[in-house]
This record gives sequence, structure tokens and C-alpha cells, in this order.
Amino acid sequence: MSVRAFRCWLVMYRRTWRSSVWSSVFGPLFYLGAMGYGLGSLVDKHVPGSLGGVPYVVFVAPAILGAQAMNSGLNNAMFPVFGGIHWNKIYLAARATMLRPADIYRGHLLFITMRVAMNSACFVLVMAALGLVSSWWAVLLLPAATLLGVAFATPTAAWAVTLETQTPMNYVARFGSVPLMLFSGTFFPVGQLPGWLRPVAYVTPLWHGVALCRGLSLGDTNLSAAAIHVAYLTAMAAIGLWFGARSYRRRLYV
Amino acid sequence: MPEVLVRARGLTKRFGGFTAVDGIDFDLIRGEAFGFLGPNGAGKSSTMRMLGCVSPPTQGDLTILGGDPVRDGAAIRARLGVVPQEDTLDGELSVRENLLVYGRYFGLPRKLISERTAQLLDFVQLTERAGDQVDPLSGGMKRRLTIARSLINDPDILILDEPTTGLDPQARHVVWDRLFRLKQRGVTLILTTHYMDEAEQLCDRLVVMDHGKFVAEGTPRELIAQYSTAEVLELRFVPGLMDDAVQKVKDLSPERMEVTADRLLLYAADGDEFLARVHEAGLAPLTELVRRSTLEDVFLHLTGRTLVD
Repeated sequence: MSVRAFRCWLVMYRRTWRSSVWSSVFGPLFYLGAMGYGLGSLVDKHVPGSLGGVPYVVFVAPAILGAQAMNSGLNNAMFPVFGGIHWNKIYLAARATMLRPADIYRGHLLFITMRVAMNSACFVLVMAALGLVSSWWAVLLLPAATLLGVAFATPTAAWAVTLETQTPMNYVARFGSVPLMLFSGTFFPVGQLPGWLRPVAYVTPLWHGVALCRGLSLGDTNLSAAAIHVAYLTAMAAIGLWFGARSYRRRLYV
Repeated sequence: MPEVLVRARGLTKRFGGFTAVDGIDFDLIRGEAFGFLGPNGAGKSSTMRMLGCVSPPTQGDLTILGGDPVRDGAAIRARLGVVPQEDTLDGELSVRENLLVYGRYFGLPRKLISERTAQLLDFVQLTERAGDQVDPLSGGMKRRLTIARSLINDPDILILDEPTTGLDPQARHVVWDRLFRLKQRGVTLILTTHYMDEAEQLCDRLVVMDHGKFVAEGTPRELIAQYSTAEVLELRFVPGLMDDAVQKVKDLSPERMEVTADRLLLYAADGDEFLARVHEAGLAPLTELVRRSTLEDVFLHLTGRTLVD
């Protein structure tokens, strides 16, 4: 049943994929250019060796991969979900058919998972082409980034479906994803943060995702640490799934 | 023995402290067109959502196609066609793609969907627009497309919530014509409306709903016979003279009289005869009209107010 809902999103995506490429693929590449190579050349010149001996761009690339996976999970789980009720009303059309609310939810999540994976795959390929990965572990970057995006998407969709206005979604970037991106060890090691702020960074999902991706990319993965990151993100996705089945049912069966 | 497709007993829907549907009883028989007539907020749409298995009843018994709408919702919906009050078409997709996506929701094979799409688009006169995007279509075309889409699974019951609200008169007549043809083919229709002419044209049997309850039920003819007279005389007077005219007409002891915002409605077996008496009494209305009684008059009689306000 979820697959039926998923296929509907594919039909629509055939019409809109061109416009989505710009923001979802080029956006993160601009970051990689500006931060990795632009800012990175300064960092490497003035404080060589500060990042365990790797060039800044190698340090920051897996983190940008993680951040774009998060953003792609968030964005696909907010406005399109809200629109399913309020704009194109895809959800309202689907609920009149055999699909149950949980099918509609999971079907949409399958599509979001596909989108996160596609965006992440593009970025991973660019990383590899530019020689920014230093280990065979990097083949796991795609599933890791996808897991990270899905972990953000399941609870976000569960929440977005309950909204009556779109305003709260604007705050997610302002108070959610942007601070997360800045302070989760993305652009600099968490060790640079003031001592009292470090524990906060360690409990954020993006830190776990970035740490996981960076370990895989640099090839210095510590298995037990990686297991904790994966468990954290999986738990987050699972809790989101549980809430989503509930909130979709309450929203669609009134 | 008529086949009962829907059976409701004491059906109730509450939202918090507000009772939208207040203990209604009805049976829907296969092949009939059954209408719910009532003003906005009467509980019609809430009833349709319960019938569409997307709104669990708060209380009472509801059986649809032999199943329980909460337990067997998906299986029942597989045999329903739903035309919601507001279109839920995907404006970015083409006419044909909308039918394809919807048919896939029911798990129908592509080949069957494309066969049915051809027939249905022909039926709703949209064949030439099959490849066009939906957004720029007119309101009437979108409504017809929604009707076509609701038939993609060859439903046992077609549920229509205000099928022609917001359409211009010409577009309404096209929709009525298509629904009438469906009825002729034996499709079971259940519809809500706040247009009396729609109910009179389409419904074999209808209920008048107000404040969540049925206030009357029967065929359109029966309701008119029971709650109104054969003819109605409508009079308008100069605004300042209305009160005086009301008094004088009352003295003529009409069978029934309703005073609305701008006119006086007099119920009589013979409207012309009563009009003659009005003239004899020395009254000179601005406009005068004798017409057949309609469901609007039934509604006014039952609830004391006009239907569309």
C-alpha cells in the first residue's frame, strides 16, 4: 500500500525534478567550494596540521554531505507534507481511496528517502571525483547520509502534517537546522566550542551524523563510536515513524 | 427485496462539545439517488465523511456495504467513489495523469486504468483535454474531472458533497446531466446540496437536515405536498409600506404566510385567485409572481429561514 503512495510521488517528480536539482545539488557544492577550498586555503596556510594532518576541504566535505542530507530530509518533510493537506491536497485525495493514513505517510517517506539518497549520491560522487575521500569505508557514506536525512524526515513529517499555517516551518531553519549546521562540528571540531557548549553538541543528531560520515570518509572510523551514531539515528527515525503513524491518522481521520 | 447498501442508526458525530450530526437514521438502497438537503453547517459534510470512512462515528451504528467503516475502512473505500466538496485534483499533473495516479491508489493495472480513462473522459466530455495540465481548466471542467476520477474504481456507491457549489449555471447543468446519466445506468448516488433545484432534479428520495438532525424526509413531491401548498404567491412592496401590507394581507387569512427580508410569500392552492383578493383589498405590490411550490418553501416552512443565506 505504501508503495502505491510512493509511485504517485514519482509521477509528480517526473514533472518537477529539473527545478529541484538546482537547490539540492548545486547548493551543497557551492558550500564545498566556498568553505572547503576558499576558507580552507586560509586555514591550511595559517594553522597547518590542526585537523589531524588532513587538508580543511577533506575535513569539511563529509560534514557538508551530512548537513545537506539533514536539510534535504527536513525540506522534503515540511512544505510538501503541509501541501498534501493545504495546497495540492494529495493526502486528502489519497485518503478517499484504499490507502490508510499510515500508507500515505510511509509512501511519502519512501519518496523522501529516495530524494535524500539521490542528493547524497551526487555529493559523494563529486567528493570521490575531487579525491576528497581517503578510505574504502567511504562506500558507506551514501547509506550513512541517507539514514541521517531520514532520521530528520520522519519526526518532521509527523509534525508538519498537524500544522494549520506554514509559519512554524519557517522557524525550523532559523532556530533548528542553521544553528545545528554551525555548531555540530561541521565547519570546525566541537573541541573549539566553549566547554559548557560541547555536551550540547554531542547530543544533537547532526553531530552524530557528521561524526559518522567523517569517520567513514577519513577512514579513521572507530567501530563502537560508529555503532552509537547509527543506533542514535536509527532510534530517532523509528520514534519519528511511530509518531507519524499516529499524527497522520489523527489528522486524516477527523 | 431492496438491497440496503448503507444502514445508519443513531449516527452521531461530535467535535469536542459541538454536535455536528445528532443521531440520524437512514437506509440507502441500491440504485437510488439519495439527497441530503440543508444549509451550511447542518451536518451534511460530516455525514458524508463518515460514509466515506475517513471520519469515525462518535456514536451509533453505521454499516456500509456490509462492513464496519472503522474496522474495514480500506476495503469499503475500495468500492466507493468520492467527489469531495473541494476539488483535490493535482493541478500540476495532466488530466490523464490525475486518473492514473488515482487508479493506482486502488491497485488497478495500468491497462485497465487507461481503458477506463478513455471511457470516463469521453463521458465527462474532457477527451480533448486529456494531455492538458489541470490547473488552467475551468471550475466546471475540474468538477467533471473529479467525477470521472471518482468512477475509476467502478464504485458501488458514489458520494457527492455539494457537486455543483460554486459553478456557473451552465456548468451546473452539464454536471447535472452527467449525474442524471449515471443514475439512469443504475449507479447509487448519495449527495448533499443546498440547492433545491439540484435536489429536485436528481434525488429519488431526500432528507432535510438542520442542526445535525433530520427535520423531514420523503420524495421531493411528497415533501412539497406535505409541507407546502401547490402554489406560492410572491409579493414585494415599497420598503416603508411592508408592515402595513403584512397586516392587510393577514386579514385575508391566507393558508400560510412567510415574511422574508425583501418579500412576502403566500401559500395557496390557487395563487392567481389569492392575488385577485389582494388587489380587491386595495393593495398595490411593486412586483407579484405566482409560481409552483419548491423545496425551498418546504425548507422555509420547516426551519423558518431560507436555505442559502
